Amino acid sequence: MDPIAAKELGRLIGAGIAAIGMGGAGIGVGLIFGNYLSAALRNPAAAQGQFGNLIFGFAVTEALGIFSLLIALLLLFAV
Amino acid sequence: MADPIAQFQIKKIVTLGHIGPYEIAFTNSAAFMIAAVVVIVGGMLLATRGQTLVPGRLQSLAEITYEFVAGTVRSTAGNEGMKFFPLVFSLFTFILVLNMFGMIPGFFTVMSHIAITGALAALVILTVIIYGIYRNGLGFFKLFWPSGVPLFVMPLIVVIEILSFLSRPLSLSVRLFANMLAGHITLKVFASFIGLLATSLGVFGWVVGILPFSMLIALTALELLVAFLQAYVFTILTCLYLNDAIHPGH
Repeated sequence: MDPIAAKELGRLIGAGIAAIGMGGAGIGVGLIFGNYLSAALRNPAAAQGQFGNLIFGFAVTEALGIFSLLIALLLLFAV
Repeated sequence: MADPIAQFQIKKIVTLGHIGPYEIAFTNSAAFMIAAVVVIVGGMLLATRGQTLVPGRLQSLAEITYEFVAGTVRSTAGNEGMKFFPLVFSLFTFILVLNMFGMIPGFFTVMSHIAITGALAALVILTVIIYGIYRNGLGFFKLFWPSGVPLFVMPLIVVIEILSFLSRPLSLSVRLFANMLAGHITLKVFASFIGLLATSLGVFGWVVGILPFSMLIALTALELLVAFLQAYVFTILTCLYLNDAIHPGH
């Protein structure tokens, strides 16, 4: 295989592998919202006060998935 | 298929001049930012012009926005954080209005460019560092020295704290930019499915095209939520980082 085709192949496969990382972030975000919901149904009175914490946890978890998406996008459009 | 990236292209409207080899131009991005500032300032002025005890629609909108942001600042950064309320409120409304502009078909999504979100994140982080050192002096560095941690794990904790502090501007800017970018690419790709089906399969394609079309409507609703949520996430993280500057040593 010539080097240019090999680079192209590696770039596209690498982008696909990098995008798998978003699955982990998906699991994390699902856990956060699911646990918030189950806790909110147990004690609805306290739910509103924890909304900020919910969004903070969501943001921090999502950031990791976004990083892997960023690697995929960089491989696709910048390399 | 139409290029899903073409919508993010920055187009030059007027060239203002040159600084060295760099061209300084008025672009569609700048035009939308000015439009957002006009909408926010105009809307706020209009809403607070004839203040009544029982607010009208526009006045309640302004009051709800104020109370929402003020509540966020008070609950995360304390009453001392209200000093930064103008900054936080400007950031929130600016990002929210620009994200909502982006949802209108044909409009440019300003926040899909890392140059813009990076500048906003740099503003926040520099405010945190400068105010933190101004207010606490060297005590600001207690941020990296959490209390109540056994001394033998301290070197590890300090390294982790410094790394997490350094990754803040990166994650703050990349989160907003990547969310808007990925969301708008998804919308564009789903929209192009409809065109592909309709042009390549004839009448059958028009009927089957209902599926991606209804999916597109659902995705648009999701993107509206994301547009609001990302503006809110940026705001709440700004408040948390300002809280670190006001009360280091957590």
